[in-house]
Amino acid sequence: MLNYAWLILLFPLLGLLTNLILGRWLHDELIGWIASTAVFLSFLVAVGLFFALRSLPADGRQYQLLLWHWMRVDLFRADVKLLIDPLSVVMGLVVTGIGFLIHVYAIGYMKGDQRVQRFFVFMNFFILAMLTLVFANNFILLYVGWEGVGLASYLLIGFWFEKPSAAEAGKKAFLVNRVGDFGMALAIMWIFKLSGRVEFLDIAKNVQALAPEATAITLLLLLAVTGKSAQIPLYIWLPDAMEGPTPVSALIHAATMVTAGVYLIARTAAIFLLSPFTMTLVATIGVVTAFFAATMAMAQVDLKRILAYSTISQIGYMILGVGVGAFSAGIFHLVTHAFFKALLFLGAGAVMHAFHGELDIRKMGGLRHKMPQTFWTFAIAAAALAGLPPFAGFFSKDEILWSVWLHSPWMWALGLLTAFMTAYYSTRAVVVPFMGKPRDKHLYEHAHEVSAVMTVPLWLLAIGAAFSGLLGLPHISLIGHWLAPVFASLHMGGEAAGGSLEWIFMGLSTLVVLAGIGTAYYAYMVNTAFPQQFRRSLGFIDNLVQHKWYVDELYMAVIVHPLWDLGGWFADVFDRKVIDGAVNGLAWVTGEIGGGVRKLQTGLVGWYAFSLFLGAVLLLGYFMLIW
Amino acid sequence: MTITLPSISLLPYLPEIVLLITALLVLVIDTFAGEKRWLVWLALLGTIVAGVTTWSLSLGPTLYLQDMLAADPYALFIDMVVLIITAISLLLAYDWLNSHAHQQGEYVALLLFSAVGMMTMGAATNVITIFVALEILSLSLYVLTGFARERLTSGEAALKYFLLGAFASAFFLYGVALLYGATGHFDLVGIGKNMAGTGLMAAAGVALLLVGFSFKVALAPFHMWTPDVYQGAPTSVTAFMSVGAKAAGFAAFLRFFHVALAGSYATWGPALAALAVLTMTWGNLAALNQESVKRMLAYSSIAHAGYALVGLAAGNALGMSGLLFYLLAYAFMNLGAFGVIIMLEKKGSGDLSMSALRGTAREHPLLAATMAVFMFSLAGVPPLAGFFGKFYVFGAAVKANMTWLAIVGIINSAISAYYYLRVSVLMYMVEPDENTTDVATNNRPVLAFALLVALVFVIGIGLWPGIWMQMAQQAAALLG
Amino acid sequence: MLKQFGFLGVHAIIALSVPLLGIVAAWLLRPKKPYPLKKTTYECGMETIGDTWVQFKAQYYLFALIFVLFDVEAVFLFPWAVAYNKLTLFGLVEGILFVLILFAGLIYAWKRNALEWQ
Repeated sequence: MLNYAWLILLFPLLGLLTNLILGRWLHDELIGWIASTAVFLSFLVAVGLFFALRSLPADGRQYQLLLWHWMRVDLFRADVKLLIDPLSVVMGLVVTGIGFLIHVYAIGYMKGDQRVQRFFVFMNFFILAMLTLVFANNFILLYVGWEGVGLASYLLIGFWFEKPSAAEAGKKAFLVNRVGDFGMALAIMWIFKLSGRVEFLDIAKNVQALAPEATAITLLLLLAVTGKSAQIPLYIWLPDAMEGPTPVSALIHAATMVTAGVYLIARTAAIFLLSPFTMTLVATIGVVTAFFAATMAMAQVDLKRILAYSTISQIGYMILGVGVGAFSAGIFHLVTHAFFKALLFLGAGAVMHAFHGELDIRKMGGLRHKMPQTFWTFAIAAAALAGLPPFAGFFSKDEILWSVWLHSPWMWALGLLTAFMTAYYSTRAVVVPFMGKPRDKHLYEHAHEVSAVMTVPLWLLAIGAAFSGLLGLPHISLIGHWLAPVFASLHMGGEAAGGSLEWIFMGLSTLVVLAGIGTAYYAYMVNTAFPQQFRRSLGFIDNLVQHKWYVDELYMAVIVHPLWDLGGWFADVFDRKVIDGAVNGLAWVTGEIGGGVRKLQTGLVGWYAFSLFLGAVLLLGYFMLIW
Repeated sequence: MTITLPSISLLPYLPEIVLLITALLVLVIDTFAGEKRWLVWLALLGTIVAGVTTWSLSLGPTLYLQDMLAADPYALFIDMVVLIITAISLLLAYDWLNSHAHQQGEYVALLLFSAVGMMTMGAATNVITIFVALEILSLSLYVLTGFARERLTSGEAALKYFLLGAFASAFFLYGVALLYGATGHFDLVGIGKNMAGTGLMAAAGVALLLVGFSFKVALAPFHMWTPDVYQGAPTSVTAFMSVGAKAAGFAAFLRFFHVALAGSYATWGPALAALAVLTMTWGNLAALNQESVKRMLAYSSIAHAGYALVGLAAGNALGMSGLLFYLLAYAFMNLGAFGVIIMLEKKGSGDLSMSALRGTAREHPLLAATMAVFMFSLAGVPPLAGFFGKFYVFGAAVKANMTWLAIVGIINSAISAYYYLRVSVLMYMVEPDENTTDVATNNRPVLAFALLVALVFVIGIGLWPGIWMQMAQQAAALLG
Repeated sequence: MLKQFGFLGVHAIIALSVPLLGIVAAWLLRPKKPYPLKKTTYECGMETIGDTWVQFKAQYYLFALIFVLFDVEAVFLFPWAVAYNKLTLFGLVEGILFVLILFAGLIYAWKRNALEWQ
């Protein structure tokens, strides 16, 4: 089976090509099913890989499959080679499994759109790129996948490019990600320069070669992580990315692509562990992002934006987890989060579908009567997000917080505070749209439950959101054991289970979650004036939160505008105005040269020649001085 | 008295000779033929025959014509690149030529003459031969630039190019004279051997030669002509010269510095690195705000000259082969990009504004996707050809302990993503203007075929760069 | 080295003095009887009318170019013809090829009507 691992990449590629070439003549629904089938076949391959790997002894669960030689220069060997180990298989299962459900949902969701063919081609392309990223055995192939998912994300965010905001959002996402990719490219080169290797397993074996400059390298990698996984300081693109179709938000901007950063840290854990400074920074960024994004999620009124900030916040938790060395806890949260966040987005999409694109939760209310299935699945997902036991989020978040406690109490405290806020805003996201009385009669009248092709995926995801937490029960963590061989060679503290104290902590966080839920219920169901009063008491902080801490404005002022102006200066001022000035100054020279030629000259040529001459003088000066 | 003729073997020069004969045939047949369409096909046949000849030539450091030229793998690699460029350029020009019926023969012949000059540049092992080749290539390009006689900008561009080109040639020739004065040699090996202990005269000679080369490949601050000329020239000519002249210029540039000046790398390495930084930064920043796509691509080509120069400035084997690889990759992606412009430009305008790109994806989805691939490749997005070009030259810089140079290059590619991406954004994500939809893209199978070839290579080189890199390595190996 | 420059100097002096001597001698020896017609620009031919900066017909340049072309051909062919007896077959073929290439040029110019005054 392991030798057929390449099939997992082949199926999305086939789906993509089929729809690309034949899509013009196919019915929209058929296109959707072709794409979904392709992903489902990949899922079957992933399952097969899982069992094939499981049949091997625990310390031998590692298989590399060479497809073809790609780039070879001296020692530098980047091949198209897959790495199948527990970590990549877990990721592969998530990507293909949840990806499949979202594809099926999208068949219903995209019905009637003008560009269904393009949508599914892009979606399959995304799956292909994501699987490349996950199964790559070296940095270079990973980078290909990394850029590929970035491209897919850009194309899908701007899918409805008729809306200027969507086009802008796509561009923003791409550019912000380029900043991160820049770090990635440098890090890869640096790693290669020091170790002479680009394959993960080789690097891990000779990781000491990187030790002298590990901090710089990991900081560059961290830059890439913050870009892709939307962490401080590069998180700004993700909320805008909600301009894309909702299945895209669910698949790319919640369940899979944005967690690639977490995967990257886990995959290169050996390098990260060389630098305690970076690890601390990773954990700090994680917890601070989790906290800030949660504050912003509390203030949003757009359902998808609430979820977007919540995603940033939850990825913050994962980053926090891997930052304190609890790699399997981070991956565990990644898995559970993929289920419940995808479900939340799909639920939001169903609401949006029913409401003709309306997402302002202040206009909703009482929807549970109209859309009972959406309501129940959404509620399950929200409970998982809030971390209410026994839903999935509870176990994974708790495992992270427990590891954090052993590492740094203040981070744990901030994490716990964030857990409170998470419970608060998830409750709000359920209570305001679904319960109470309808706020906008007209919209409410038109709302209806969505079709089966959309509700079935919702329920399947709901099962995952409810029960996937059981994979990681404390002390008998299946996922922990499964992933253990990947991280076995690393020396880590923090993941050891800690007896009765851990149970006390679980109780504590349950209380915090209940408090959050209770507060939100009070604020939005019992005393609806409370949110207004509370916000007024916050003063300017409320203003800050409402404006997302003014980070976008800051970036525009500090980075974007200066660069733009500089480019404008070169193109306009230097190449035109300075030239004109110089030409006027040089007019007498051209005058001397002669009237006849002058008629033919536009004047600019004189300057061009002058520039050429100037360059020649500089070069002459340099060479004659240094010779 | 008996006259002993020098033993002349023209066999290694056969590819060039084939092209020359084809060009002459085209000229003569053109004057008789009523149907001129197939002149392009005749030229293409000649190009293919020349290509086959190139392949069948034996590899080895063969010097011929009194050691004026070499038929080494390096020269053959450049031959191959130039022939590919020529073939695609002929196809790109096909439709435009059919609307300029009287002048087809001249256009095709000049293109072939210019290609002969380019190939000779790659083979030249003597500064005089380099100069002659440079002139053959340039003179043809001056005329081609002014070929769209109905447009004033075309004539203006030709005149500017000619005046400045002559100016730069003078610098180059002066440099040749000074080098001869200092070393007593014209041939590169001889110059190299006698370089030790030379004084200011040699230094001045090298500087002036560098001016000549820099002009030809458009390095800042010798690039001023590029935007005007690229914009004014017929687009098919722009496509040809943007890649062909650059490839040929760099070919001679590289050979000169690595053969004649191998010993004084410490002197010229930093100078080239500084030029590279200046060039790519200037090109990229100026490209950010352009309204004409051709002008944007002109500045972009300046930036790419800067990237390629990084390979030369690195001064190691990887840098050399990386540069050769870069020239090949750049040829395909830039020809493709200009090909799309030819597809989209309005008849007779000879230019394409950014705003005319708006929403073209709706009516021409395949064309827009093709353009996107070329733009991504130019921006250096893996796994396309352009990425590997940058990858190799920047890698060479790192290997040569010039990591800072690689970093500057990467920052520059990040900046360049903005304007390349803008093209795709406009094509895909903006509503079309009502008055820019009269684009006749249908019914041009020749042009579409040329685009397809470029596309296949841009993707193919990206997926299997190893094969091409191996060729580039073999080519560069003999230079040491 | 200096000696060689000395030769150059002597050469330059002689080269300059030959025309100068001629002019000076003519100036000394000639009779001086000026009258208006003698002072005009041309003693023979037409007087110029109007501005001398006029556009020339491009045809002149074409003629000039073709003239130069065949002029150079003659210059190259002359030594070839002189040494004809001593050349091998290779030399003959080379010469024929050279003429053929130029012939192609001639045909081209002819068919393009470059040889006719329009």
